[in-house]
Amino acid sequence: MSIRHDVKRYPGLRPLTIFFFLYLYVPLAVIVVYSFNANRVAGVWTGFSLKWYGSALNNAALMSALETSLTIAAVATLVSTLIALSAALAIVRGKNVRFRKLSETVVNLPLLLPEIVLAVATLILFSLLDIQNGFIRLIVAHSAFCTPFAFLPIRARLQGMSLDLEEASADLYADRWTTFRRVTLPLIFPGVFSGAMLAFLISMDDFITSNLLATGGSTTLPVYIFSLIRAGTSPELNAIATLLILASLVLATAALLVAARGTRDNPDQ
Amino acid sequence: MTDSALNAPARLERAPRARLWHDLSFWGLLPSRLLMGFALILPIFIIAAVSVATRGAYGGFTWDFNLAGYSQILFNEGWTGELEFTPQYLLIIGRTFLLAGATTLICLLFAVPVAYFISRQPANRKAILVYLVTLPFWVSMILRVYAWMIILGKDGTLPSLLEQFGFPAGMSFMFNDGATLTAMVYTAMPLMVLPVFASIEKLDGTLIEASHDLYGDRWVTLRRVILPLTAPGLVAGAILVFVPALGAVLEPTLMGGGKQMMMGSLIQLQFGGGRNWPFGAAIAMTLMALVMLFLIDTALRAARREARP
Repeated sequence: MSIRHDVKRYPGLRPLTIFFFLYLYVPLAVIVVYSFNANRVAGVWTGFSLKWYGSALNNAALMSALETSLTIAAVATLVSTLIALSAALAIVRGKNVRFRKLSETVVNLPLLLPEIVLAVATLILFSLLDIQNGFIRLIVAHSAFCTPFAFLPIRARLQGMSLDLEEASADLYADRWTTFRRVTLPLIFPGVFSGAMLAFLISMDDFITSNLLATGGSTTLPVYIFSLIRAGTSPELNAIATLLILASLVLATAALLVAARGTRDNPDQ
Repeated sequence: MTDSALNAPARLERAPRARLWHDLSFWGLLPSRLLMGFALILPIFIIAAVSVATRGAYGGFTWDFNLAGYSQILFNEGWTGELEFTPQYLLIIGRTFLLAGATTLICLLFAVPVAYFISRQPANRKAILVYLVTLPFWVSMILRVYAWMIILGKDGTLPSLLEQFGFPAGMSFMFNDGATLTAMVYTAMPLMVLPVFASIEKLDGTLIEASHDLYGDRWVTLRRVILPLTAPGLVAGAILVFVPALGAVLEPTLMGGGKQMMMGSLIQLQFGGGRNWPFGAAIAMTLMALVMLFLIDTALRAARREARP
């Protein structure tokens, strides 16, 4: 069958797809290109320069925002992954779980509601309880909305796995904890890893909640970047953005590679 | 206990397997119930209460029952207390729906052909293309919006480019609904392509061939075979795009400017220092109710589609 008569082939899809990928990547490339601009006005090109990277790396406010974001994301990732793992084990492995569907909906609730609604609702809660510490506010809120992102990959992994190996372990008189540590956890690790990665990125990326709940000492990276954007585009901002884009691309690639290897190694697939 | 356990060869002592998981469910679910109860469900009840509370004289609120937050969505209270109909917030609600709907539609229009093309590629290239669709999604949302500010803004890439072709200098495409829509479509696109791709990928190619054998041309095949069979993926993508788009904050704030608000940016504004919390809570409740209605409607339609033979 020649290509011309391939009935599954629709004309014009190749150029459309090429255009689509240009559309996805050109805006990011624009930031990268402008970050090398010597001119103070971001949009006017006068020559190549690396000086904005120097000033970005020496920017104390940026580094402190980065530290805040990393701290909150690390704690929120740990908390949400542990909570998601225990919920997934209970929902998938538990016998006679009452309200199984409802329990799942509760875990996934942050995905069903618009983030801004949850953010203002949490803000009211914290101001009623008089919790003024920005770190505590952000860690609680981030842990909550990161949980479904950690939960879904772990649940998927658990559901795709048969009980045989765990039962074999129990038959060999391994206690419950040993079975979990030596059999279950290694098998679901790729799911736990993807879940934790997703939770970490969602926390690092969050603007809406962090912007409302942050206090003076707990400005996160996206909130700081927002204040820079409000102050006007600058080549230094472009340099910061380029560094962050590179960091996310490297992290994402690493995470996807691990996830892909996990799928390949899955004994049930 | 599973059947394989019951039918296993006789053994001296019953292995402890039966108790492996059974009492785990309560303790396993407890942390998530506590966290969601405290950080999600409790706040939702509180915001519902605040939406019918009274605005405080110096910001904040007092616990006196008052429907002013809701009536303010439709009416403006005059000096003497009479209510006068004002469409300004209805317009914001309307704009929110229009922009979120347009975002979903545009994403669908791109996602279906692109996902179809990707699904027809050899396995290696397919994996790379899916990876390339996913990648921008990992870049911070605020940076993806910022990229369009550089492109469309004053002294931006597009105005400079147009200047080269003889258009007047100093043009700006920012601070209108089109700019907001551009950023919304850009940030949502990967969320649409992935579920659409997942369902097109599963499509049985012989059905397309069968349609052509029955003299269906490409257009008929698309409309009568491909689209109906991939509908669950399209619906999943539409939900993933539409619901967050209804609550968009960054795009209208940065691209639309102060005048072209959406519900998300209006809510955020009310919770800045000294603004109107009960009104903000009332709009938040309205937004939540609209999202719930949309989700319930989608679920009911899906159930009806399943029920059909």
